[in-house]
Amino acid sequence: MLEGWIVVLASFAYLGLLFAIASYADRRADAGRSVIASPYIYSLSLGVYATAWTFYGSVGRAAENGVGFLPIYIGPTLMIALWWIVMRKILRISKQNRITSLADFIASRYGKSAALGGVVTVIAVIGIVPYISLQLKAVSASFTTIAGPVPGADTALWVALILAAFTILFGTRHLDASEHHEGMVAAIAFESLVKLVAFLAVGAWVTWGLYHGFGDIFARVDATPDLHAMLAPLGSVAGDYSSWIWLTILSMLAIMFLPRQFQVSVIENKEEKHLRKAIWLFPLYMLAINVFVLPIAFGGLLHFPRGADTDAFVLTLPMAEKRELLALMVFIGGLSAATGMVIVETIALSTMVCNDLVMPVLLRLRALRLNERRDLTGLLLGIRRGAILLILLLGYLYFRLAGEAYALVSIGLISFAAVAQFAPAALGGIFWKGGTRRGALVGLGGGFAVWFYTLLLPAFARSGWLPIGFLENGPFGIELLKPLALFGVAGLDQITHAMIWSMLANVGGYAAVSLLWAPSAEEHRQASLFVDVFKRPAEAAGARFWRGSAPAAELYHLLARFVGAPAAEEAFAAYAQARGVERAKLQGDAALVHHTEKQLAGVIGAASAHIMVAAVVKEEALSLEEVRTMLDEASQIIVYSHRLEQKSQELERATQELRAANERLTELDRLKDEFVAMVSHELRTPLTSIRAFSQILYDNPDMAGEQRAQFLAIITKETHRLTRLINQVLDLARIEAGRAEWRVAGVDMRALLADALARMGQVFQERGIAVRLEAPERVPAVQADVDRIFQVVLNLLSNAAKFCAPGRGQVEIALAEEGRFLRVDVRDNGPGVDARDREIIFDKFRQAAHSPALSQGSGLGLHICRRIVEHFGGRIWVTSRAGEGSCFSFTLPRAGAALSRQAA
Amino acid sequence: MEEFDVRGQRLAALCLLGFLLFSYPLLAVFNVRGTVFGIPVLYAYFLIAWAALIALMALVVEGRD
Repeated sequence: MLEGWIVVLASFAYLGLLFAIASYADRRADAGRSVIASPYIYSLSLGVYATAWTFYGSVGRAAENGVGFLPIYIGPTLMIALWWIVMRKILRISKQNRITSLADFIASRYGKSAALGGVVTVIAVIGIVPYISLQLKAVSASFTTIAGPVPGADTALWVALILAAFTILFGTRHLDASEHHEGMVAAIAFESLVKLVAFLAVGAWVTWGLYHGFGDIFARVDATPDLHAMLAPLGSVAGDYSSWIWLTILSMLAIMFLPRQFQVSVIENKEEKHLRKAIWLFPLYMLAINVFVLPIAFGGLLHFPRGADTDAFVLTLPMAEKRELLALMVFIGGLSAATGMVIVETIALSTMVCNDLVMPVLLRLRALRLNERRDLTGLLLGIRRGAILLILLLGYLYFRLAGEAYALVSIGLISFAAVAQFAPAALGGIFWKGGTRRGALVGLGGGFAVWFYTLLLPAFARSGWLPIGFLENGPFGIELLKPLALFGVAGLDQITHAMIWSMLANVGGYAAVSLLWAPSAEEHRQASLFVDVFKRPAEAAGARFWRGSAPAAELYHLLARFVGAPAAEEAFAAYAQARGVERAKLQGDAALVHHTEKQLAGVIGAASAHIMVAAVVKEEALSLEEVRTMLDEASQIIVYSHRLEQKSQELERATQELRAANERLTELDRLKDEFVAMVSHELRTPLTSIRAFSQILYDNPDMAGEQRAQFLAIITKETHRLTRLINQVLDLARIEAGRAEWRVAGVDMRALLADALARMGQVFQERGIAVRLEAPERVPAVQADVDRIFQVVLNLLSNAAKFCAPGRGQVEIALAEEGRFLRVDVRDNGPGVDARDREIIFDKFRQAAHSPALSQGSGLGLHICRRIVEHFGGRIWVTSRAGEGSCFSFTLPRAGAALSRQAA
Repeated sequence: MEEFDVRGQRLAALCLLGFLLFSYPLLAVFNVRGTVFGIPVLYAYFLIAWAALIALMALVVEGRD
């Protein structure tokens, strides 16, 4: 046992530290340098989900049924995967509408209905009270465990009072126009770290200090017969699979709609982008804090006799081993889990009680003349402080009335089931425009009534505050109405049973009533603002639906009464600046009215703000028809602008295509000019020499016969060259125009090569070139025009002959089968082709610029070869090394292959 | 619509995957006695599947658009 005063001192020191962190963060926020504007702080603050229930209760539940505690953490992991869709939308809506709480959110959605806000608040307070009592129970029980019972003192009451005082100091020191509690968030993030570290520390100590690792603990459990069921607990001790699924769904909804979760994830969110990291960091936090739950639970079961308090294993294990410092650390961890929950939960609830329950009533009571009071900030703070104290005392009361009979987890689940009732109205409200205020009221009311009847009343009955016969025989002995087996549906566990019936009533009521009764104009407008939040520009959103005006000064005074004069002045100045108007000349038009209401909503909630503004503004009420028309116009405009965008994109695409076509045409034109110039140039050279020699012959009729013969030979040669050139040009023109005639038939390449060699035999012999043909005995035929291919081979052979060194030239021709193709290689030992020329020599009129020895000929031959080979589906290329000769190769598809290709 | 972008759809698919991983009948497959590295099969399954799910969520949400 530790001395009581040490524990108390440590606790107060810890609370003092929290307070210091909070005021530091607040001061930084006032200075405009927020410490909480970080995705990591945001993720840690979400860790407020892990309360004393997690810290003590998970181990307790695990000790009873193995993995049964896990759905509570797996559910939120699954839900968070949907946050990208759901939470982003809620955040956007909340920031646009300056939402202050969950009740405000739902009330705002359904036409700023004060009644709905009130109902949500009542359900939240009643539903959360058991959860708060759980924290009180955990803290007081852990205190008793670690320091022994304090004679004559009611520790739970003391805990409640101290926590109330602390929260009041903490959360309601001043009224913030934006409802941000930066100090609180910083402290909560810190608490999340403390409880994680404390739990990991005790977990590691149990696993490796008390036992010899995970394997050791599980082996011992395996050796203990009465713990066998724990190792495969599903379907037996951990409940059946359907209750597993319901627990998962329940906690999926809880992570969204517990007031404290809504507070930290929505209201206190600084930037939407923080969501991104939180989506995986927060589940990781939950995974980390759960890793050691089972080892501790099993460690406790092995260590203590049956019947020990399983909820307290985290503490009793180190206490039994005389590890007092560790026990104190665990106690502080549990305290941080409990205080974190209580602080955020009561602040969130007190905001709801003040804005959505008390203020709307007070504002309507004309006798109080609240409308005429100059400064209402004091009143607002007073209401909130009172609400915090009241909620904690209710928690204490529940603990005394019903808390003793249940384990921690069972108490918490009752609260989960209560807040799950908000899901249909809230989720339906952001995705379904058809949901109405009446539908939400009926759904919430029905769901809550079933919850009250099937979960809360049985809790009182079990504690002896209601006759137990109420549970066993039903009210007044009516069996069909037994709270744990409604309408005779028995055999489900209590939570599953309650969830099925309450969701049936809730969703059914919400949908049916929404469909049966038409919404009002105000509801219609708000529904559209919520559901279409991503489709409308933020600022234009609300103002266009407003008509009505009020003197600017009156609006200013209204705002000042709630937020104080300096804050109101600031809001108006900012508004004037944004509009580019002088502050003094602000007009009280519809836009300013709307702006004022939004500012006011940030403090007292949408419903109350609406009432207050309506009192000073002459608003011309819009009829439902008018709102509908406006909405339709707006959606029409959206549709038009979408279409316009589409058209302009199409136009842009067309322009790009046109530009590309134009570039292609210009290029072709340039090529044509080049071609004409080239042809003329090539024609001029032989013509010039023919004319020159003819002139000489003409001028010298008495020239020597020998010389005359020589000149005539040159003229004949040049004429041949001219003819060849013109033939080639015509040939090319025909091919390019697609007018060439192709006589396709099976061609025996072997015979063709032999023919070509025979034709060229004379030339090779004259130049002293050795020729060798290598070809297999039989080759398959190719499908081509025999004359054309002959032309190609002749061209390659004459090129080879032309470039071979006279006297010691060697030309090798090889024919080979290569997959679907036949390949012909013509290899010479001439000067070779430079690497830079290997592609361009196949172009029109391009000669080898970098291999000067090759620069002769028309420059059309190889280009025509390429056109022919490619026409038959083959390829032509050259491989070479400068100085070592070159090898021109081409391929043609085999007849069979070509046929099959055509068939395909 | 912006709210149902590709990333949102992928995450929603992961949510469904998680639902499959942590409900009948997959859970029943692992609900047997026996150990993996000294840890009971079911508990090992929970740890690994949960961690893998979180890793996938991180990949999707932090990945490029």
